[in-house]
Amino acid sequence: MKKVTKFWLFLILAGVIYGIGQALIQTGVLNAFYSNMLTLMIINIILAVSLHLVIGITGQFSIGHAGFLAVGAYVSAIITMKFELPFVLAIIIGGIVAALAGLLVGIPTLRLRGDYLAIATLGFGEIIRIVFLNIEYVGGAAGMMVSNMTTWTSAFVCLVITILVISNFTNSRHGRACIAIRENEIAADAMGINTTYYKVAAFAIGSFFAGIAGGLFSHNFYIIQPTNFGFLKSFDILIFVVLGGLGSLSGSVISAILLTIISTYLQQYPETRMIIYSVVLVVVMLYRPQGLMGTREITDFFGKKKSAKGGI
Amino acid sequence: MEWLQQLINGISLGSIYALIALGYTMVYGIIKLINFAHGDVFMVGAFVGFYAIKGWGLGFFPALLFSMAFCAVFGVLIERIAYKRLRNATRIAALITAIGMSLLIEYGVIYVRGAQPEAYPDNVLPSTTFNLFGAQINSQSLFILAVSLGLMIILQIIVHRTKVGKAMRAVSHDIDAARLMGINVDRTISYTFAIGSALAGAAGVIFGVYYTKIEPLMGIIPGLKAFVAAVLGGIGIIPGAMVGGLILGVVESIVSALGFSLWRDAAAFIILILILIFRPTGIFGKNTREKV
Repeated sequence: MKKVTKFWLFLILAGVIYGIGQALIQTGVLNAFYSNMLTLMIINIILAVSLHLVIGITGQFSIGHAGFLAVGAYVSAIITMKFELPFVLAIIIGGIVAALAGLLVGIPTLRLRGDYLAIATLGFGEIIRIVFLNIEYVGGAAGMMVSNMTTWTSAFVCLVITILVISNFTNSRHGRACIAIRENEIAADAMGINTTYYKVAAFAIGSFFAGIAGGLFSHNFYIIQPTNFGFLKSFDILIFVVLGGLGSLSGSVISAILLTIISTYLQQYPETRMIIYSVVLVVVMLYRPQGLMGTREITDFFGKKKSAKGGI
Repeated sequence: MEWLQQLINGISLGSIYALIALGYTMVYGIIKLINFAHGDVFMVGAFVGFYAIKGWGLGFFPALLFSMAFCAVFGVLIERIAYKRLRNATRIAALITAIGMSLLIEYGVIYVRGAQPEAYPDNVLPSTTFNLFGAQINSQSLFILAVSLGLMIILQIIVHRTKVGKAMRAVSHDIDAARLMGINVDRTISYTFAIGSALAGAAGVIFGVYYTKIEPLMGIIPGLKAFVAAVLGGIGIIPGAMVGGLILGVVESIVSALGFSLWRDAAAFIILILILIFRPTGIFGKNTREKV
């Protein structure tokens, strides 16, 4: 399939899904509970896809993603609530500030590898949370009231843009460099790839979209508190990516959808939810460490014969 | 003499961090795994000690020993169930499994007994306050310090004077060569988990006696800070974990004493990041070159 046709097919599919969702919400078939679940699902997909770029494509194990979600959430909330600027602007600025935070965190920490990087990102995530906890301007521990502005339309547009940008990035020259870094950093370095540049770029883009998700998040929940963005949130995002398959965009989308549905139904039983999450995490790692989809995409399952014949 | 008092508080807190950090550093030294579940072993130890003291009316030392024994078995169980299959897996897979085990223990405990906190009875240890150069010093904090130091000395003796300790050092030096020399690697790893978890259990009981309040999620933050302490001292190095723990405790007390108590948790992570950026091998670590 040509790239251009793929692109249009994706847009048509997105339009159809949007139309169905909008119709169901407009006609009242889905009540507030379910439409809220759909919004939450979209936020989770954006988060999963943004972390997928960092962990799945570039192979940098970051477990502080909730920190960038927090930056986006707080910055966009400040812009709509304190400066009373429009929501669209708030989301974009939230994303940009989160990307800057990603640069700030990424430049020093991405020199580290493996376990050390994981711990450093976790530390930064916690520092970001503690900083918000100590700023009186945004309400400190009590949190900040935010009015509800996230709609199905705005969330869906953000989702489409996120997926388009990240899948195009992955298939571009830059994305291939990132994949080379994931496969073997030393070899990639030896091939002349500026590893630091690509790692930081991927990290900043991931943070940008986490910030976008943060903007949608804060304007969906009426109140944001620093405790929403602890590392349990980071683990929530991590499990989407790990379960879906490290390196599979469609895998992280699918697992984000599935896990959002599961956790919405288990909302009354948070312990059960966490036990199921953790058992799933351990079992997947022990028996299928590459995740549900591995590095394959859902599109690979179609048009399989063609590539088998072609030999490339 | 506010400062002397803060210093003593810091050293008491630091000795708790050091006890937990020892388990992290031993496990990392031997199988290169950040055992995230270690902080939760600490929590389990605190609860076992609590039930032993409150439920069975045991004294401090019997409860401490019971909790250490329980945690040793618990640690070996975790290793056997989850980590043993991962010996040849990627580092990321091992790390994610450790995170999963950590969550499983935390929420398993909440599922079994609920999330409500418990308070250690305050008459476990005799508590008298006396004056030292004008500083109010509680006998409890001195006692805790003595117990922690005693445990660390015992650990040093085990590691340097016994056959198990020799095997542990050999396995952490080179796992394949140790296997060729006839060391039972799996059993040595289990011993490491047992000793590390026993120390974490002891730290749990000491924490409970000193700070009174325990709850199922209490292991997360001390666990992370103990990990910071282990990295600070040089991960894989046993004296490094002790020194790192003590330094971290003192720094936190100083930050609190200066009036930034809300920033206390951030201090540990800032230390972590500075150490990782400027000296990733830690205070006692040696530089190793990465080879292809």
